[in-house]
Amino acid sequence: MMNLRYLLIFSLAALLALAGCGGNQEGSGQETSSAEAPADNSLVAGKTDNADPKGIGKFRDVPLTHPLDEAMVVKGREISDVKCMSCHKLTDQKLVGPGWKGVTDRRTPEWIMNFITNVDEMLEKDSEAQAMLELCMVRMPNQNLTDEEARAVLEFMRKNDGKN
Amino acid sequence: MKSTESAVSGDAAAKTYVAPGKYDELYNFVSGGFNGQVSVYGLPSGRLLKLIPVFSVHPENGYGFNEETKPMLQTSYGFVPWDDQHHLALSQTNGEHDGRWLFANANNTPRVGRIDLKTFKTAEIIELPNSGGNHSSPFITENTEYVIAGTRFAIPVGNQESPLDNASFKKNFKSTASFISVDKNTGHMSVSFQIILPGMDLDLSRAGKGPSHGWFFFSTYNTEQASTLLEVNASQKDKDFIVAVNWKKAEEYIKAGKGKKMPVEYYHNVYDEETHSATSRIIKEVLTLDPEELKDMVYLIPCPKSPHGCDVDPSGEFIVGSGKLAALIPVFSYQKLIKAIDDKAFEGEYNGIPVVKYEAALHGEVQKPGLGPLHTEFDGKGNAYTSFFVSSEIVKWSVKDLKVLDRVPTYYSIGHLMVPGGDTKKPYGKYVVAYNKITKDRYLPTGPELAQSAQLYSIDGDKMQLLLDFPTIGEPHYAQAIPAEKIREQSVKFFDINKNKHPYVSLGEKATKVVREGNVVHVYMTAIRSHLTPDNIEGIQVGDEVYFHVTNLEQDWDIPHGFAIKHAPNAELLIMPGETNTLKFVPVKPGIYPFYCTDFCSALHQEMQGYLRVSPKGSNVPLKWGTGEEEAAAPVAAR
Repeated sequence: MMNLRYLLIFSLAALLALAGCGGNQEGSGQETSSAEAPADNSLVAGKTDNADPKGIGKFRDVPLTHPLDEAMVVKGREISDVKCMSCHKLTDQKLVGPGWKGVTDRRTPEWIMNFITNVDEMLEKDSEAQAMLELCMVRMPNQNLTDEEARAVLEFMRKNDGKN
Repeated sequence: MKSTESAVSGDAAAKTYVAPGKYDELYNFVSGGFNGQVSVYGLPSGRLLKLIPVFSVHPENGYGFNEETKPMLQTSYGFVPWDDQHHLALSQTNGEHDGRWLFANANNTPRVGRIDLKTFKTAEIIELPNSGGNHSSPFITENTEYVIAGTRFAIPVGNQESPLDNASFKKNFKSTASFISVDKNTGHMSVSFQIILPGMDLDLSRAGKGPSHGWFFFSTYNTEQASTLLEVNASQKDKDFIVAVNWKKAEEYIKAGKGKKMPVEYYHNVYDEETHSATSRIIKEVLTLDPEELKDMVYLIPCPKSPHGCDVDPSGEFIVGSGKLAALIPVFSYQKLIKAIDDKAFEGEYNGIPVVKYEAALHGEVQKPGLGPLHTEFDGKGNAYTSFFVSSEIVKWSVKDLKVLDRVPTYYSIGHLMVPGGDTKKPYGKYVVAYNKITKDRYLPTGPELAQSAQLYSIDGDKMQLLLDFPTIGEPHYAQAIPAEKIREQSVKFFDINKNKHPYVSLGEKATKVVREGNVVHVYMTAIRSHLTPDNIEGIQVGDEVYFHVTNLEQDWDIPHGFAIKHAPNAELLIMPGETNTLKFVPVKPGIYPFYCTDFCSALHQEMQGYLRVSPKGSNVPLKWGTGEEEAAAPVAAR
């Protein structure tokens, strides 16, 4: 218990230090010395609860249409059959990844779009995504969906959740 | 004094150090010699980046074992899963490497392969008729108009049976120079024409460039036309020849209808990027040209003594001959050759082909350069670098005044050497790499055979400096190198699953199935982190031909999946993201056959497995397959 608490303090300190020097931009010339920088335990030492409900990525505002765009729904279903349904069910049952039922209630449209298209960064930085990884233990493969494809999949998810 | 201490100076390591996470400056493509592959090293680090199987089967990725690539190794003599890969040529535009393709020769069963540098896969292999050892190959013209394939062994044309004696050799045996044309857009190769030369051994070759564009030069030995103990009998004459072929003239003769069609049979194997499958085609005709009849197409230049390399400098004006047994290096002038031909400065004919006077074509000789000159490359600053097999050294000399400028020892017995771009109009320079045949005393002993090696020297300054040596795979024969930036950005990272046109693709798990057609069973299977679908298959019988068509559903860089099944007698599959590969399996006994993913893919990689149930022949076990139908998955979404 003691150890964990220290780790948490250290990792928070490291986080602050990083924020102080402008993030981890490549080529910023930052150097870490072994005496001051503790190991990065961000994946195991507890989570911060300040996650952005929109996730991390370029999607900040995803407009939704009512009623649903049925052409997008069809396209989203086709894409999902090839690229998603190996690991996800349309019910609330976990297969490899979580079931899709209710996903549009649990997550913002932006979070879903960012997760689909920016999966590696989301798994590294977004606490909600990391919590899912701890449960599933398989990183979601980056299936390289285009923005339009991801949007179509979102529309299919909305349909699956009975939205209109 | 030749020693490691004297050869290496203090800053050598720093000049080859490439920090973790940093890229090398150059890709170095090195032929694998008798292992039939091509290996790719980073320079200056000497790190092995990739093995590309071309003419040999490769269990690591199933090349030549899976159904898609088996056709690549088909020849008119059946499936030939091995070859002796000697030389490489990068495609060129305007006399510079353009980073599109790499051509490779097979010396034993005469073939030429083309490797696509977007995928680093062998894209095409063409067999060569009327050839007996494709050694002077695959050298290339300055716009990749032609890839050359000159025969090392003279053989009877048409390969009819013939007595083995000198009289029969002189009468029946011929050498051929095949000109393989390359489609500008697709890279597809076809044997455009063959020039039938007198029986002798064509050794190496170079295309002219700049002013000499339109010519090809071949070195040759055994112009004595002996059929036995060539070590002695092919060293009788003081001079052999460099064969100068005017291929523009050959094209004119073909246009004028002077070519003769000859019935032959050879294979052309092409790999399709969308079906991920190769197909073979048999070609039954070749166009031939006879220089005895078509007089002004081929000329011979006398060259001392059993020449090996014949290398053209970046300006295209000088042709450097390298007599394996000569104590000098003759350098010929293209302008002088043309003048000699115009002046008819001939010393006679050889089997009906004019022989130019030696002095009339000679620019000059490099005197006492070393022992056993083999190959020459150029740095673009007027300097030439020649490898010396017998005296184990690289010698730098000036092309203009033929003066020796510097020499460095090699460890040991250097064959080819390579300056990046040293065979082009614009050498990149900076380094020369020695490719060594023998490595005594260089590495820790590993039994009777030691790793062969390459050695990297800096040529930036006036004096060459040894920087690094590194072990290589197979015999590092010739090599090519190109700046990484010409290739890196075009590299394919995964195959688009939506463009997968494989006839047995499964576009998603929904499409997976098992189909029986008589005793042939097709399994449409998918792989994704971390399961195979289906993972349980029943209803297979002993003697069935089971084809596992596995589609990798990943769309992420560097996530191949493997597939192996117990007791399969061929190999595994290694399926790139978005690709479909097929493994054929014919079970010989009833039982349970586990299968699994062979390439570590995720935390649950070990769980990526399944079973094939094989029943006795005639069994009534129904065909059945599935994944995950037994257990209900735990809900997590409501978390």
